[in-house]
Amino acid sequence: MLMITFASFLFVRLAPGDPVLTILNVDELSVSQEQVEQLREDMGFNKPLLVQYGHWLIAFFRLDFGSSYVTGQPVMDMILRGLPATLELTVGALVVMLVVAIPLGSLSALYRNSWVDQMSRIVSIIGAAVPSFWLGLILIDVFSVRLNWLPSMGRDGTATMILPALTLGLAISSVYVRLLRSSLLDSLNQEFIRAGRARGLSEGRIFFVHAFRHSLAPVITVFGVSLGSLIGGVVVIEVLFAYPGIGKMVVDAIRQRDYPLIQGYILIMAILVFVVNTCVDLSYRYLNPELKIKERETN
Amino acid sequence: MKRLPKKRKQSIQVGMAIIFFVAICISVLYAFVILKHDPYLTNLSGRLQSMSLLHPLGTDHLGRDVLTRLLLGGQQTIGYSLLALVAAVIIGVPFGIISGYKRGIIDRLFMRVADGFLAFPDTIVAIVLVGLLGPSISNLILAIILVKWVNYARLVRSTVLTEAQKEYILIARMNGLPARKIMTKHLFPHIIGHVFVMASLDLGKIILLISAFSYIGLGAQPPMPEWGAMLNDSRPYFESKPELMIYPGLAIVLVVLLTNMLGDYLRDRFDVKKEVQS
Repeated sequence: MLMITFASFLFVRLAPGDPVLTILNVDELSVSQEQVEQLREDMGFNKPLLVQYGHWLIAFFRLDFGSSYVTGQPVMDMILRGLPATLELTVGALVVMLVVAIPLGSLSALYRNSWVDQMSRIVSIIGAAVPSFWLGLILIDVFSVRLNWLPSMGRDGTATMILPALTLGLAISSVYVRLLRSSLLDSLNQEFIRAGRARGLSEGRIFFVHAFRHSLAPVITVFGVSLGSLIGGVVVIEVLFAYPGIGKMVVDAIRQRDYPLIQGYILIMAILVFVVNTCVDLSYRYLNPELKIKERETN
Repeated sequence: MKRLPKKRKQSIQVGMAIIFFVAICISVLYAFVILKHDPYLTNLSGRLQSMSLLHPLGTDHLGRDVLTRLLLGGQQTIGYSLLALVAAVIIGVPFGIISGYKRGIIDRLFMRVADGFLAFPDTIVAIVLVGLLGPSISNLILAIILVKWVNYARLVRSTVLTEAQKEYILIARMNGLPARKIMTKHLFPHIIGHVFVMASLDLGKIILLISAFSYIGLGAQPPMPEWGAMLNDSRPYFESKPELMIYPGLAIVLVVLLTNMLGDYLRDRFDVKKEVQS
């Protein structure tokens, strides 16, 4: 663990580009050598590397990533300001995805090989090939440029959320429609479904309670695995819609070589991924009652 | 009865592939042999032109021929994606074979590294690397290789683990065949099919990743005619010239669609569904 922190410290410190020059060069003004030395001393860059690492590590555990080279604000403040916007967008996209994937996936499984199933198959094959940013560009062109119904930039109330969330949600839903379909078909063939029918449960209850719950485990596994592409998707969508979340922030930071901000983003992402993966693991217990029974038996 | 729809689906795929291939050949011939435009040559007096015989798809905001740039962009996008893929395979496969066959400390070390990579999603690693090394197409390719080789090594390792238990390997070992020979002559032919399928399924994803990163400015830099970067370049002109938005996007969709179909077809052919589904 300590090795990882040291490696990431070194990586950032030794990355190309002198941070001192980055700060002083913001306005492309010429700087004197004295100014450079002064700032270097202020930021502790003249001390030995290990001492620097010590300071950095202490700050790290206090969740203090220093200040942005460009704006001078503390990195943590900037991230905390952008994070709610990003989470809001992600949740919005997931809602869109559920609204699209659950009915389409269920219908395709219930009416297998019908026209609904064929349609959803074609749409998801094409959907897997459409880049999200292109979909977003088309939606912007249609709904905000030509029809002028929805705003296409920034973050100001619900209206600005609709297009980004719709774009991202549609982009990710194609995978889940097919996945839910095959998973539901698999569940409907299981013995506990037949047992349920034998017990005289209604078809509705069998489908929505028993089969559905059983089908969610693989879907959630894929969700955990594809979390990365979701995070990447959020970054692209935020840039596309000029949405002030942490994704757009990190892209701007990369362009401006604002290393403390990049570092803060990496750490926040690591925490987020860890939290979501833990949630995914925990949800298995709820979704698959067999696991609970097995655990009880082994104890 | 059951086989009929599948066969029909395959013939549709093959037909589409042929049509697409012919279309590409015609446009390449037309653009590079007959018209001979320079994809980088700007001509401000002839900017944002509509379709014409001289410029079949018009010109962009700097007066460059769109068709020529589109074709060159395709060549580069697909070329870079293949480069990343081949490099990832070349690094990943030997690691996977050695780690799976020799086991021991190499294997344990490798699994540590692989788990470390798994903790961070691909896209994050790519963003981080491009962030630290600076945005450029070569750094993006480097990031993709770094992320992808682990996947191949893992796939190969798990295949080798089961394969090494089989009798023909045991017999080869009993006959005193050196480990190097077993790995190259016996294990390698067995795993290469799986690797091929996984690679063909990955190609579309990599093309999408490269174009997305280029669109947000972290990949190909102007004036390089990468499709995502072309979309980014011409974004201010979409309102007056929506075609500029349509062509590169459509090109990405078609190519990714085609590679995905190829991947699905290969997966069905080799019947390696379980292992390769990521």
